Amino acid sequence: MKVSCNIKVNHLTRVEGHGNIRIRIKNGQVEEAGWDVVETPRFFEAILVGKLWENAPYLCGRICGICSIGHTLASIRAVENAFGIVPDKQTASLRLLLKHMETLQSHILHLYFLAAPDFLHIGSVLPLVQTHPEVVQRATRLKLLANDACDIIGGRRVHPTRPVVGGFTMLPEKSQLALIKARLEAALPDLVKTAQLFQTFSLPDFVRETEFVSLKGGDHYPFIGGDLVSSDGVVRKEDEYLQMTNEYVVDHSTSKWSRLSRPSLAAGALARLNNNFALLHPKAREIAASFSLQPVNHNPFMNNIAQLVECVHVVIDSIAIIEELLAAKWQKPRQPVMPKAGRGVGAVEVPRGILYHAYEFDKAGRITRADCVIPTSQNNANIHYDIIELARQSAAQQRTDAEIQRLAEMLVRAYDPCISCSVH
Amino acid sequence: MTAKEHTYLGVPVKKPKVAFFEFTSCEGCQLQLLNNEATLVDFLSLLTIVNFREAMSEQSNDYEIAFVEGSITRDDEAEQLKQIRDRAQTLVALGSCACFGGVNQLKNRFNDLAWVKKQVYGSHPIETREAMPLSAIVPVDLEIYGCPIKKEEVERVVTNLVLGKSIDYPKYPVCMECKANHNVCLFDLGQPCLGPITRAGCDAWCPTNRLGCWGCRGPAEKPNVRQLRQIMHEHGFSDEQMLDRLECFGGFGQYVSELKRASKE
Repeated sequence: MKVSCNIKVNHLTRVEGHGNIRIRIKNGQVEEAGWDVVETPRFFEAILVGKLWENAPYLCGRICGICSIGHTLASIRAVENAFGIVPDKQTASLRLLLKHMETLQSHILHLYFLAAPDFLHIGSVLPLVQTHPEVVQRATRLKLLANDACDIIGGRRVHPTRPVVGGFTMLPEKSQLALIKARLEAALPDLVKTAQLFQTFSLPDFVRETEFVSLKGGDHYPFIGGDLVSSDGVVRKEDEYLQMTNEYVVDHSTSKWSRLSRPSLAAGALARLNNNFALLHPKAREIAASFSLQPVNHNPFMNNIAQLVECVHVVIDSIAIIEELLAAKWQKPRQPVMPKAGRGVGAVEVPRGILYHAYEFDKAGRITRADCVIPTSQNNANIHYDIIELARQSAAQQRTDAEIQRLAEMLVRAYDPCISCSVH
Repeated sequence: MTAKEHTYLGVPVKKPKVAFFEFTSCEGCQLQLLNNEATLVDFLSLLTIVNFREAMSEQSNDYEIAFVEGSITRDDEAEQLKQIRDRAQTLVALGSCACFGGVNQLKNRFNDLAWVKKQVYGSHPIETREAMPLSAIVPVDLEIYGCPIKKEEVERVVTNLVLGKSIDYPKYPVCMECKANHNVCLFDLGQPCLGPITRAGCDAWCPTNRLGCWGCRGPAEKPNVRQLRQIMHEHGFSDEQMLDRLECFGGFGQYVSELKRASKE
């Protein structure tokens, strides 16, 4: 019997923001399928015009409730690059540590609260409070650690207060950093248990080849600034980001779309891992190996596992960063800022992929033009084409309506989309 | 899910059915609730959550309390908000976008939506209208201020709501909390600050982290904006810098136009 179905998911749950899935199959033929973003736009790029430079990181952090630290850091980097400010070692280390803790917080939120319920056939993490309290306790323990670290370094977990152009408004107490280090060491066994949990899940076997875009690591797995790279071999400088993003508008989406060498591209943990695998900490690579995850992997569901691998990497790297900070004497937290006319680009790897902020300033430091390219907006076209391919394969394999809908929802969730962000 | 018998200090409490919704926003205020790891489970035990799209797949139109995040920027949002109002006994505006329009209302300052749309989408048609707080569309029973909301305050407000206790907010400014925290004044650290005129309740969250207040909670009772302007000038800050903060979240309404007028004189 040939598959026929008409699936419409309005406002997909367990993702940030508002998007719809549609799949219509008739007698085994896909008539239409796709991913529509219906989020209301907020117009941040217009809002910034005419504002003094100091508004940029403060306002832009508010593009996103989940990755506000990443937006703040990308915005700061764009301003500093425009004004010719180079952060000192202490500032760079604290920013990377803060970035790592946001990565951990966001990945754990996604893995346990948003993705895991699908594999356990439940609607949310809430039933686990009764049935598997130890799992919920582990998830909240990891998330609390990451959030506490964000508070200590960034002043606040959502919309951070301390990171500013030139450095930080104030520094953490070393005793607090030492406590975070101890908790990070204790978190490693929790991450091993998380890996064991995900080993019990059967990840859908789905492959559609695509192009992965991320920062290009030099000596380290990349998170803040540097060259841009794609798995199809494109390499560009940070300030040539427009050649990597190529944004355009489509009728059925309030989010812009991106493309590079193919009709769509993918950003995110899997893109970073595919492009920089050798730079991961050996223990993180071990976790990847236990899931047979190696570059270049084209299964979007493996983004879940790539996030898990990155959790291990950032925890180990954070311990090393804190050790270095504890051994050094605190320098002054912030360097002076002298605005000047010009353009600056900041590229930062946030949990969902590579994020770009770019501003142009007049000589008083007022913004004359702003552009932000969000990881999820880069991913939206890729999600769309994945859904079409998933529909085609599902029709060929004669899956049931319920199974097709479940897989399509899981597919979108695997990207951990931040839809509000993508329609900033 | 049905409401189960639950006790607080030995007194039975009905767990109200609660729904969360979001309009134009970053969803950060709802996330702040999930960020409450240490007390999340206790907090949840006070409520029967029937709608929380960001975290759960189950949905229901049967609820007593609706928490609504975000401002209204499209006609379909206004219509959905009216439906929520009809269904909920208590409608709570969650965060500064819902209370005042938040950072989204900064686009209103251009008085030219066509220009705003063109800046971002070029000639591609896109639907938007002036960003508005919930109270511009429907009556709102309770407002929880802040960008982001302070989770301790939300828990206090929600607990009082469930237990039928009265809910009140400080009328004094952030400056008072800042002094109580023994902070060095931000003006003495060389930063502009709206602490003297902004409604307290956040425990001087930003100033305690040495970031001047941007006024996300709106005005304290009888804010002396004119005096603050003088203090700003004395410390070398321009009207433009004061205006950036005053207009940032939409809570200061008339004071923004007053400052703009005064600045032109």
